[in-house]
Formats: sequence, structure tokens, C-alpha cells
Amino acid sequence: MLVPPGSPPNPWISVDYVRENSDVLLAATQQHIELVALSIGFGLLVAVPLGLLVRGHRRLESLLLGATGVLYTIPSLALFAVLAPVTGLTVTTVVIGLTGYTLLVLVRNLLTGLAGVPEEVRESARGMGMGPLRLLWQVELPLALPAVLAGVRVATVSTVALATVGVVVSNGGLGQLIFEGLNRNLYRAEIFTATVLCVLLAAVADLLLLGLERLLTPWARR
Amino acid sequence: MSLLEDTLVWLGDRAHYRGVDGVPHRLVEHLWISGAAVALAALVAFPLAIWLGHSPRFPRGGTAVLSLSNASRAVPVFAVLVMLAATPVGFGNRATIVALTLFALPPLLTNTFVGVRGVDRDVVEAARGNGMSGGQVLRAVELPLALPLIAAGVRTAAVQVVATATLAAYVGGGGLGRFIADGFGQADPAMTAAGGVLVAALALVLELSLGLVQRRLTPRS
Repeated sequence: MLVPPGSPPNPWISVDYVRENSDVLLAATQQHIELVALSIGFGLLVAVPLGLLVRGHRRLESLLLGATGVLYTIPSLALFAVLAPVTGLTVTTVVIGLTGYTLLVLVRNLLTGLAGVPEEVRESARGMGMGPLRLLWQVELPLALPAVLAGVRVATVSTVALATVGVVVSNGGLGQLIFEGLNRNLYRAEIFTATVLCVLLAAVADLLLLGLERLLTPWARR
Repeated sequence: MSLLEDTLVWLGDRAHYRGVDGVPHRLVEHLWISGAAVALAALVAFPLAIWLGHSPRFPRGGTAVLSLSNASRAVPVFAVLVMLAATPVGFGNRATIVALTLFALPPLLTNTFVGVRGVDRDVVEAARGNGMSGGQVLRAVELPLALPLIAAGVRTAAVQVVATATLAAYVGGGGLGRFIADGFGQADPAMTAAGGVLVAALALVLELSLGLVQRRLTPRS
């Protein structure tokens, strides 16, 4: 691209931009975190009961995986486009859409984790007089936890990236700044800073969840 | 009238199927952009991943490919599209193809590499023992055995690219995303929803048909 003489510089990295817009950057980051946290939270609220309900029934398991797979295949923009006329240009639209995308990986990892609990372990727990609920709560879920948390990590990293698309319904967190930079004559510093924050957010979330996994499953430490 | 009715009326209106702004033209555009991107990505990914998988000379290379593909999940597609717009690549369909090529690379690289590298070493040794050259082993043993995974990679890449091509409308590209972007822009909920339905249908049809192809290529165990 030819830069006409006398046009102002448009650097990708600008400390001045960050300093002058720290409040805007902070607010966008906060909204981004909110979008992701709500989506992962609702995703777990839907995926865990559904997964527990269908597990052990082959047909129902593949039905649930199929349904969440279809949801996952629908492009985010298409989902927002169909939801927006109903739920409006709101956070709700984005969170419903993003929640939908977390379901496949959350359900799949929960089912894989539960299926991986050795039958002998179940038997001995029953032999100790555990009922099905205690068995689930004290034996099966803890043993499935690493798989579940691995799913939460994958879902979180993808959701951080995907949340930017929320910009089409005016609630895209850091995506909002990326789009604003596009419309402000390609204001590179704004575009790049928001992108870097997004990637950093994904990395930090991933590390925090890894730490949580270590903390919650001390027996798995090598 | 309800939104559902409005959307159906929009989809049934013959006027929306004519000219540059018509559904058929936008669909062809969408498929053309996506197809070009997947083809370009395959042109880069296949030789590189096959070579890394086949030759044991650079064991680190494969690991690098896998971690790079993993890390790419954290980079928002939307951000890359906008950033490319701010480079000499610029706006429009050609820029979109460049961006989509980047997004198609990770699944193609990962699956092809894992497919070739994952071929049973005993089988490769046996082929070598029978006097096959490196190239013959690759053509007659490794590639056929890797084909199901490579096909899975193409499927993932294609579905992902078709989905992402929708976003291109926001950086001046064409395709079916135009209906969504213009629908939002003109506050026309029927057009927005119709665009969403069309894109979702395209993605699902592609996923299902490529799934069938993939199953054809996968030997029953």
C-alpha cells in the first residue's frame, strides 16, 4: 500500500494509544471476560445434567453428541443472525450463541471421563456400601474431573476467540474495539492492541484452568 | 407477521434470486472463495506435512506444527481478517481468500502430519524390507493408510472455511455473509435471519456430505 506523503503515521504498536485509552481497553476486556465466564458457566449448567442423564444409554449418548455437533457446525455469525431478531442486539444473544458452542466439547469430555472410570473402582465403591449418588459424587465425578476440565479449557480458549464475533450484535467485548479500529480508517494500534489482549486473555485463562486442575486433582500429579 | 413468516417470505421471494445481490450469485461467490482458500491451503499444507511425517530428519518440525495449530485456536478469526485489511492485502474477495487460507492450514497440517506419522512403523519397515524406495513407501503404504485422517482434515478445514467466509462480508467481501451484514446494516431482521438460515444450511449440508465422503475413504475395521 502506498502511503501518501504527509499522511499521519499509523503504527501497529503504540504505547500512547494504550495509555490514552486504558479505560476503554479495561471495559472491553471486562465485558469479554463476562461473556466468556457466563457462556462457560451456562454451558456447564446445561452439559453436565444432560450428560449425566444420557450416560450409559448408547442411543441417547450419540443423539446428544449429534445434536450438540449440529449446533457446533452452525457458523457463529449465522446463529447470531437468527437469534438477534428475537433477543435483540444484547449480551443475551451473544451468551446464548457462545453457550451453544461450548456444549459439544463439554458433553463429549464429560462422557469420555465417566466412561474412563474403571469398572473395578465402581464395584469396590458399591461393595463399600455406596449408593448411586455417593458413587457419582465421591468416586466417578472426581475421577472424570481431569477430562471435564480439559474440555473446559478447550471450550474457554475457543470462546475467548469466538466472543469477538459478538460485535455483529454490538456486544463483542474486545471485538468491539477491533471493529471500531476497522471503521476508524484502519486504526492499527486499536486493532492490534485489542487482538493481543484477546490472545493474552485466552492464554491466561488456559493457565489458570490448568492450575485449577492441578489443585483439584492432587492425586493425578506425577 | 412473525419473524419466522417474514424470513420464509424473504426466502420465497423470487426477486431475491436474481442478479449480483441474488442468493445464487452469492452462494457461488461463497463457494468460490471457500474452495480457492482450501485449495491454496492444501497446496501448502500437504507437501509440508507429508514431508514432515515421512522423513524422520526433523522430529521437532512435527511438534512445532502441532503446537502452532493448537495455539491458533486462541487467535480470533475476526481479528485476523481485520488486521489483514490493514496490510497491503487490503479488502475484498481476494483478501478474504488469503485470510481463509491461513485458517484452513491448521487442520490440514495437523491431520496430514498425524496421519502419515501415525502409520504403523512395522508396516513401513516391512515395505522397506521388500525393497521399496522411500518414494514407493510413501505412495503405496503411508499415503493410502493416512487417507482417512487426511480426509477428516479436509472436511474440518472446508466446514470451518465456509463458516468463516461469512465474516468476510464485514471486511468488504461477498458471499452469503452479505445478507447478514446488510440485514443488520439496514435493520432488516428478515434478511438477517434468512442469511443466517442459508449459511447454517450450507455448513450442515457440507459437513454431512463431506462426512459421507470421509466414511467412503475409511476402511471398515
